[in-house]
Amino acid sequence: MTSQILQLVLGLLAMPAIVLAIILPGELAIRRFPQKRQSSLRPWIWLSPVLALVGLVIAYPLAASIVFSFRDATASKWVGFSNFVWAFGSAMRPVLFNNVLWIVVFPLLTAVLALSAAIMLDRVKYERIARTFLILPTAMSFVAGAVIWKMMYTYEPPMQPQTGTLNAIWTAITGRMPIAWLIDRSVNNYALIVVAVWMSIGVATLILSAGVKNMPRELVEAARIDGAGEWAIFRFVTLPSLWPTILVVLTTQAIFSLKVFDIVYVMTNGSFGTDVIANRMYTELFVKQNLGTASAIAVLLLILASPVIFMNIKQIKSGGGE
Amino acid sequence: MANVNLRDVRKIYNQTQVIHGVNVDIDDGEFVVLVGPSGCGKSTLLRMIAGLEEISDGQVHIGSTIVNDMSPKDRDIAMVFQSYALYPHMTVAQNMGFSLQMRGNAKAEIRIEVEKAAKILDLEALLERYPRQLSGGQRQRVAMGRAIVRNPQVFLFDEPLSNLDAKLRVIMRGEIKALHQRLGSTMVYVTHDQIEAMTMADKIVVMRDGFVEQVGSPLALYDRPANLFVAGFIGSPGMNFLSGRYAAGAVWIGDVRFPVSDLPVSASEGRRVIYGIRPENLAISDDDGLPLVVDVIEPTGAETHVVGHISGQRVIGVFRERFATRPGDVLRVKFDPWKVHLFDQQSEQRIN
Amino acid sequence: MSAIESHRTMSAPMQSTSKLGTRLKGVALHTAVFLLCLVWFTPVLSLFVTTFRSESDSSRTGWWHAFIEWRPVLSNYVEAMYLTGVGRSVVNSIVLTVPTVLGTVLFSAIGAFTLARMRFRGRIALFLAMVGFQVLPPQLVLVPMLKFFLALGLTGTFIPVWIIEMGLTVPFGIFLLYGFFASIPSDLVEAARIDGASEPRIFLQIILPLSGAVLASLAILQFMIAWNHLLIPLIFLGSGSLSPLTVQVASLAQTNAGGLNTLTAATFISVIVPLVLIVTLQKYFVRGVLGGAVKG
Ligand SMILES: Nc1ncnc2c1ncn2[C@@H]1O[C@H](COP(=O)(O)OP(=O)(O)OP(=O)(O)O)[C@@H](O)[C@H]1O
Ligand SMILES: [Mg+2]
Repeated sequence: MTSQILQLVLGLLAMPAIVLAIILPGELAIRRFPQKRQSSLRPWIWLSPVLALVGLVIAYPLAASIVFSFRDATASKWVGFSNFVWAFGSAMRPVLFNNVLWIVVFPLLTAVLALSAAIMLDRVKYERIARTFLILPTAMSFVAGAVIWKMMYTYEPPMQPQTGTLNAIWTAITGRMPIAWLIDRSVNNYALIVVAVWMSIGVATLILSAGVKNMPRELVEAARIDGAGEWAIFRFVTLPSLWPTILVVLTTQAIFSLKVFDIVYVMTNGSFGTDVIANRMYTELFVKQNLGTASAIAVLLLILASPVIFMNIKQIKSGGGE
Repeated sequence: MANVNLRDVRKIYNQTQVIHGVNVDIDDGEFVVLVGPSGCGKSTLLRMIAGLEEISDGQVHIGSTIVNDMSPKDRDIAMVFQSYALYPHMTVAQNMGFSLQMRGNAKAEIRIEVEKAAKILDLEALLERYPRQLSGGQRQRVAMGRAIVRNPQVFLFDEPLSNLDAKLRVIMRGEIKALHQRLGSTMVYVTHDQIEAMTMADKIVVMRDGFVEQVGSPLALYDRPANLFVAGFIGSPGMNFLSGRYAAGAVWIGDVRFPVSDLPVSASEGRRVIYGIRPENLAISDDDGLPLVVDVIEPTGAETHVVGHISGQRVIGVFRERFATRPGDVLRVKFDPWKVHLFDQQSEQRIN
Repeated sequence: MSAIESHRTMSAPMQSTSKLGTRLKGVALHTAVFLLCLVWFTPVLSLFVTTFRSESDSSRTGWWHAFIEWRPVLSNYVEAMYLTGVGRSVVNSIVLTVPTVLGTVLFSAIGAFTLARMRFRGRIALFLAMVGFQVLPPQLVLVPMLKFFLALGLTGTFIPVWIIEMGLTVPFGIFLLYGFFASIPSDLVEAARIDGASEPRIFLQIILPLSGAVLASLAILQFMIAWNHLLIPLIFLGSGSLSPLTVQVASLAQTNAGGLNTLTAATFISVIVPLVLIVTLQKYFVRGVLGGAVKG
């Protein structure tokens, strides 16, 4: 315990100390130069801690992963594309398929629910309180969410009293057999996606709510005067003007579905056909100790995420951020 | 206190030149106004003096030193911004004392200086307030106070009054002028309002498109504008311009003769010229005089503005008298030949 | 007279049907919102209730039976804190999170200040790189970082986790702060420059004091990210004596050691801090989320 406290103190002191140790001497050093030179040197002094950090944690691993992905399990010799051949081979196919399912279902479900929530909340006076309920799951770890939903999905054999919330409701309403939500291969992936949706709605609703509130009121009023009904207003006014915001939500959630790890790790650990890329990577790395295949999976993730990366960059470049 | 000298100062923003070799001498203790239409480069010039903008070419002297490579804080100047640029998270007193705090002055000393400046500007009651708790005029005062506390060699103002309403602007104009008289410091003041320039300046620098058009005292600019641009820019309502032909010691528009004084005119017979006369230099004459056909009459109370035309060219007259005319009437007006400005139509330069 | 009468009788029911329509719509709206909140809150409630139920109760009946016969016990919490190492994990989570948050805010602020307020070659390119880095899957960094920190002999300390958590969030942090810093009027900075403030002073005395709210937003977001992350502490701290709450709860969940009710107590302990934060500091959380969303 004392070691932890020591580390805490060390961390709290080290953060500002590192920054000061770079910037202050740097500032003193460039003070001798003329103004013009100062202002061309200064940014690099100031940026150096940030560049070091981002370089170490992001840029270097990015490059290294790409290199490792072409090397063998212990990164000792080149193996060409064989790791990628494996990654697209039969062993990975069901895993990739699961991620495709995530990428399609999760963003859509989240966006539809969040959009409905945003539109409904906009019309009630107690929006703040209602919104708080939706955000609560966002504050929790996926581990906690997974524990909670494991309980929600609890399965007891038929004829036993069902202690899981969902099966209790299911059997009470339909009178049918309880469902083993996390084991039954026809539903278990969806069951996992529902957990992610439950945890992601909060943020998505916040973003869409802001979009709804930014929508010019006159637009809706003009449409109403033109005789449009509620549905027509939604279809022809609300949806098109919210579309860019919806796109933000969709892409964010799509990226999330690429990276999803914790929920699957805690709830099923990838068994019963629920494995996803990130979990498989963890397995390759720590169970099978294969650096090459693990890196190939990481590179695969990068390739899958790159369209969104470039889309964001393009968006910012064309004036969204400046 | 110090003089400021600009020597062939240029500013180039990636390839486009916005200041074209400006030469201006500002004497110690002088109040100089840079004036010109929007986008002519006044702010850029001022900011180069302040050190906020790099000087692409030429030199800026403050006192006897070339300050091109000095940082703003070493130039011993103070600047009042159009937006006032008060630090929102500091009280009035902290705002005013910030520069001294940066210099490392002692707290008590800062307090004394701040209070002194506050007294001059009547800000004593506001010292503990935050900028958001002040009115526009009060903020403006605080911005000036912040400048005064530094006791700089040169004060720089960039359109400091343009965010105030018309009435307050007139009051603050007077206050800045009084401040100048009291402190006797060198002040450089940027505005696009020629009235501000006329009323405040010891010396006006008229700029257009990055060039200095004319430098001179307000009355010199009013009485002898060097070119068509300055003639049109100074004075309100603006000078009347009639386009005609110079011949036989007068200007002819059609066959109407417009008189010119005996001053030497550097134009050949038959040259196309612009005949300029200020609206206030028109006088009603009872019999002879030129026929001014009245289009619009604007009584302001103190004066009567008459918009009309002579020989088909638009003319505005400003008269002290009140009189009853109606659109369509013909007034007989006289020009004082000594108040006439002649410009070459092609070069737009003054020729008399 | 009769015409007026009939007009009245005609119009009255018409008005009331349209009124009824809006009434019904209102009822439907409120019901839908209520149901949504109920559905979203039920899982949280079920966790909370279960933490106070005994093992035997839980194995026989669902958590909602607690509303029928309320027999609360505190043993789950006691067990979680003292027997399963959750108490230690609380400390570990704090040691992991607090320096991470401090470092993230500091590094992001410096980066955003430089990119937003200084002019130099490569500025735009670096900013765009930050935009791109936000989206990178964190899995990418695992292998190289593990090798790197193994080589340095720093695994088994919190240092790698601080550094990685910071590195993963700083691009986002820069993006979030950049927008705010860039919107600070440049007159203000120039006035300070004329007043004699050096760049570090402008940063510390002008920019940072004006940015309290947005810095708080970044801090709360990073707090939740770091507090809730599983993968990185799992790999670099293991599930031993240094494990933070997420890792501890995850290993309890996987091994089933201590039983379900202890697990729920441990889970509740792990979520209580972020839950309190998000309710009390909701304003900053919302600001951070909205400021960070790449605008379309
Ligand atoms: N950073 C810049 N990059 C490129 N051009 C600039 C920049 N700043 C100013 N300019 C140009 O320089 C010219 C002069 O600008 P300046 O701000 O000095 O005008 P001004 O006389 O102060 O006008 P105003 O009365 O509107 O304030 C303008 O044409 C402007 O477009
Ligand atoms: Mg200007």
